[in-house]
Amino acid sequence: MTAVTERRLTEFTDNDQHPVGYGRMLRKEDPRFVRGKGHYVDDVQLSGMLHLAILRAPMAHARIVKIDVSAAQAHPKVKLVVTGAMLAEKNLAWMPTLSNDVQAVLATDKVRFQGQEVAFVVAEDRYSARDALELIDVEYDVLEAVYDARRALDPDAPVIRDDLEGKTDNHIFDWEAGDAAATEAVFAGAEVVVTQDLVYPRVHPAPMETCGAVADYDAVNGKLTLWSTSQAPHAHRTLYAIVAGLPEHKIRVISPDIGGGFGNKVPIYPGYVCAIVGSLLTGKPVKWMEDRSENLTSTSFARDYVMRGEIAATKDGKILAVRTNVLADHGAFNGQAAPVKYPAGFFGVFTGSYDLQAAYCKQTAVYTNKAPGGVAYACSFRITEAVYLVERMVDCLADELQMDPAELRLRNFIRPEQFPYETKTGWVYDSGEYEKTMREAMRIAGYDELRKEQAEKRARGELMGIGISFFTEAVGAGPRKDMDILGLGMADGCELRIHPTGKAVVRLSVQSQGQGHETTFAQIVAEELGIPPDDIEVVHGDTDQTPFGLGTYGSRSTPVSGAAAALVARKVRDKARIIASGMLEVSVADLEWEKGAFHVAGDPGKAVTIQQIAMRAHGAGDLPEGIEGGLEAQICYNPSNLTYPNGAYICVVDVDPGTGVVKVRRFVAVDDCGTRINPMIIEGQVHGGLADGVGMALMEMIAFDEGGNCLGGSLMDYLIPTALEVPDWETGFTVTPSPHHPIGAKGIGESATVGSPPAVVNGVIDALEPFGVRHVDMPLTPSRVWDAIQGHATPPI
Amino acid sequence: MQVPAPFEYERATTVDQAIGLLDRLGDSARLVAGGHSLLPMMKLRLANFEYLVDINDLHGELGYITVEPEQIRIGAMTRHRELLESAPLAAAFPIFADAERVIADPVVRNRGTLGGSLCQADPSEDLSAVCTALDASCVIRGTAGERVVSMEQFYRGPYETAVGAAEMLVEVRIPVRPGGSSAYEKVERRAGDWAVVSAGVAVWLAGGAITDARVGLAAVGPNTTALPAISEALRGQRPSEAAYERAGELAAAHCAPVTDMRGTEQYKRHLAKELTARALRRAVARVEATGYQGA
Amino acid sequence: MQVSMTVNGEPVTREIEGRLLLVHFLRDHLGLTGTHWGCDTSNCGTCVVWLDGEPVKSCTVLAAMAGGHDVRTVEGLEQDGELDPIQQGFMECHGLQCGFCTPGMMMTGRALLDRNPDPTDGEIREAISGQICRCTGYATIVRSIRWAATHPHGKQPEPELAGAES
Repeated sequence: MTAVTERRLTEFTDNDQHPVGYGRMLRKEDPRFVRGKGHYVDDVQLSGMLHLAILRAPMAHARIVKIDVSAAQAHPKVKLVVTGAMLAEKNLAWMPTLSNDVQAVLATDKVRFQGQEVAFVVAEDRYSARDALELIDVEYDVLEAVYDARRALDPDAPVIRDDLEGKTDNHIFDWEAGDAAATEAVFAGAEVVVTQDLVYPRVHPAPMETCGAVADYDAVNGKLTLWSTSQAPHAHRTLYAIVAGLPEHKIRVISPDIGGGFGNKVPIYPGYVCAIVGSLLTGKPVKWMEDRSENLTSTSFARDYVMRGEIAATKDGKILAVRTNVLADHGAFNGQAAPVKYPAGFFGVFTGSYDLQAAYCKQTAVYTNKAPGGVAYACSFRITEAVYLVERMVDCLADELQMDPAELRLRNFIRPEQFPYETKTGWVYDSGEYEKTMREAMRIAGYDELRKEQAEKRARGELMGIGISFFTEAVGAGPRKDMDILGLGMADGCELRIHPTGKAVVRLSVQSQGQGHETTFAQIVAEELGIPPDDIEVVHGDTDQTPFGLGTYGSRSTPVSGAAAALVARKVRDKARIIASGMLEVSVADLEWEKGAFHVAGDPGKAVTIQQIAMRAHGAGDLPEGIEGGLEAQICYNPSNLTYPNGAYICVVDVDPGTGVVKVRRFVAVDDCGTRINPMIIEGQVHGGLADGVGMALMEMIAFDEGGNCLGGSLMDYLIPTALEVPDWETGFTVTPSPHHPIGAKGIGESATVGSPPAVVNGVIDALEPFGVRHVDMPLTPSRVWDAIQGHATPPI
Repeated sequence: MQVPAPFEYERATTVDQAIGLLDRLGDSARLVAGGHSLLPMMKLRLANFEYLVDINDLHGELGYITVEPEQIRIGAMTRHRELLESAPLAAAFPIFADAERVIADPVVRNRGTLGGSLCQADPSEDLSAVCTALDASCVIRGTAGERVVSMEQFYRGPYETAVGAAEMLVEVRIPVRPGGSSAYEKVERRAGDWAVVSAGVAVWLAGGAITDARVGLAAVGPNTTALPAISEALRGQRPSEAAYERAGELAAAHCAPVTDMRGTEQYKRHLAKELTARALRRAVARVEATGYQGA
Repeated sequence: MQVSMTVNGEPVTREIEGRLLLVHFLRDHLGLTGTHWGCDTSNCGTCVVWLDGEPVKSCTVLAAMAGGHDVRTVEGLEQDGELDPIQQGFMECHGLQCGFCTPGMMMTGRALLDRNPDPTDGEIREAISGQICRCTGYATIVRSIRWAATHPHGKQPEPELAGAES
């Protein structure tokens, strides 16, 4: 690390290469951001706009005895004060969640987590709104809180969801995957069995921009316009129509620039509904922007899994089976966004990247008096948890067998010829060359040299660790026969129109929160049509202007919407070919395409460009029989399968034995996301996810005390890595296209967040090998690492 | 983002004016300098004042690091960044540079002040430990004039100092004694976080032996900035690993850390020991590097 | 109360409450929404602007405190339609994704280069250590600031080659 920190970089990769298609190009969206001209929800200013603030529960579990809003209503700048009782009169106090549960918009009978919404005020400015909250008087009858998922099913545990008819416990669902009997048989006969309890603590996406909305209800036209920090504007619009009883065609949801999502901005939050109600009741635009403590204590968290992992193997290191029992803490309302048939998300990929004989998982989900969850924090629908489980178990096995963890993995990877590979839990991995990817990471890292260095350091009592993680993700949800959220299929649309002068506009159903869609989708279309990306406008985020789709999360933009963009461009190209045949007076079969133009086979001089074809499509004169004017197409893409990006990560850490402080010295990440559209953007996605992993592994945790009080309600307590906690990332790649995806691309958004935590944790535990440490849970703060060195590692909860 | 409750803003352009305003407005007024302790508390509504008296204009009068033969005088309005970047200060008291590098973050250090940190008197705050280790004195000015108190007298407990009503801290004086150096060691969970534990040490050598040593700890409970037991144990000793170990043990025994999200009580006690030994070792090495072999 | 200050070189005067935070003054009273806010505890740094040429967290400065002083925001980086090299650097090196932390990072980066024109990676990381980015993982931000350091005149147009097609 010292060598790098002293470095003064003078050579820069040329990212400004103007590809007509895939390649390195500067982002088209950047010019506004570097000028401070991004347009985020809090930048929305409308005439007469009012501000909304939410009063929240100060304790985790309590009955509401009385609410007195009279003093708040008397505040000279307050226009409106609303309680749960008032919403209940309009049937708006409760709303459906994305998991077929219900969630309170404003509490009516009880508050069920600290930070839950109790009432709201609408005032002339945000300072007055905040002041008015202090004037609302609420009397609570405090109840015992359930803050430990492991106690949620105790017979004497207080029932949290007594709002649900007939509910007598805190159980949500049981779920299983794989074959219990077959797995038990394998375990029973295995030479080596390793068992390990693991906790994946509650963490939070914490994008730099918090959640918020501006609701503007136009009573004259009966139209609601809602600017909101939404990763799924279309899905939200449909849900608002159902929940609020407003006709869907009279709702417009606009996601403008969003300052990071990471799944935090997928659910519909009570605050959005409050803003809508506020606008309906005041007749003015109403803005709600949550503060950071609201974001951390009430919006969708991630993880919070208590797992028992078991791995069975031969003594030569052939992995036979993986089994796991999971307790999932969903908080007070089941707000998780997961396809309906997958209540535990895609946790079923806990079988990892290995060729197993058997696998089985049983999961129990419970309510606790904590904030509800959602699609959160690049979890790829629980794949982060699944990969952590299997990669920790493989390392535990390596430790048991005293085998090199890289070698153990190489012995057990699914082999290229086995693809498409059906796992023991029914997932069909599309493609991968795992050994190649792994060896590339080992090459970049200088793996053998690192092990030599480690041996030398160990002899001197210095603690150096090398952590490995190999992951396979399942992204790009998903085929409509299997996957829907609240009955809405996860297909995605795309519309492409070429203007007469050959410029284009492509309208996406996915929504960027920083992933560079305005650039990469233009590049996809450019690759298919030969129109320069700068000539292609990408429109996204406005339900009035874009086709329907389920939104951006779970790394689905490239696999689903990217496929849609490529296919719609091909539709346009097919039509262009016919028009070209008319222009060149040859048959369609005599034409050849070379990016940007059709020419007559064997006579390259006789050609027409896509721009010329576009003008012809709009111009005077006949077009070939059966062809209408214009040059545009529309598609709704239903993916046939998920895609399976994968990667090999190697993390080098140094641990100070006297203090337990962990320094991440190096991190090598080799990703295989199939076809690479823009390497610059891919690299950025990977870097960001790697930092997330360091954060989760070393410092991030939303903790609670015995009263259910949230201890992670500020960025002073919820620690996110700065530039000083992360190294200069070293990235590489292999390319194994997805065979079923139109352009072979797999998606990359969450790969690094999935693959990096186990690499860091495995590295720290490897460093502690001289102390015989088999496992330590995250977060690996100095205190927790030191405890492990002393021989008393404890779980974080 | 959270915002403070309403208050009146006053601005002082001289020290006397600031004191006068405090005198007139009483308890309902508070001085604000860098504001990075006070304003966050007011935004979270943990503290409310009717009047804030902005004293940033006093930087001209109270922002200085003056080197004299027997002491260095630092004005209370000296910003953290200035303390970090002062070469004379670093030469005389390297502990300041050590500590400042790990206090808050570079942007906050542009605003926060020495006076603000000491007067906030947060038990986790680093400059109190630094000033204690250096045997600093605090100059307090009020309507009745100036008085000078030691660091032990200045720091009364968590968030409580000797600064009374209608008074303000104006200067910190640090004695310069030959044959000395200093060091600061801090463990934090992440850059910018409060210390899990930190240890500041100043040591003086003569004739190859320790003539005096002072240790100040932060984040290990109230009133642990001064550890006279360590000074007594080290005086007359030759610098050695055994001496550092002994000092560390005494530090661990004389503090009262509590278990919290930053660490367990046992871990913090261990750090008190470990960091005291490390800071001592480094401070001694610095003295020896100056080649000082005074009588 | 009334407050007057210079913002991006222009004098401004407004009627405000004493408790108004500088970040809200800039965003809501002056419409300069390039400066952002993202936390309650002065940790995130999305609000960083210059006060008398030094980066400060504008969420922890009262607008009244800035009275009589000079404030510069991201909107003031571009001069006469020309981007500051720091802005160009962030584009060249993919130093931003969602853009929310970017104005603050650029203001700190620019201030660093003004004092230390050839900083090391470590010095850059230290300078931005009070500001959080959730998207980039920081390496590209470091590269972006290094790009600005090595291209003090920004991006030169590519030279016209004799005989090249336009």
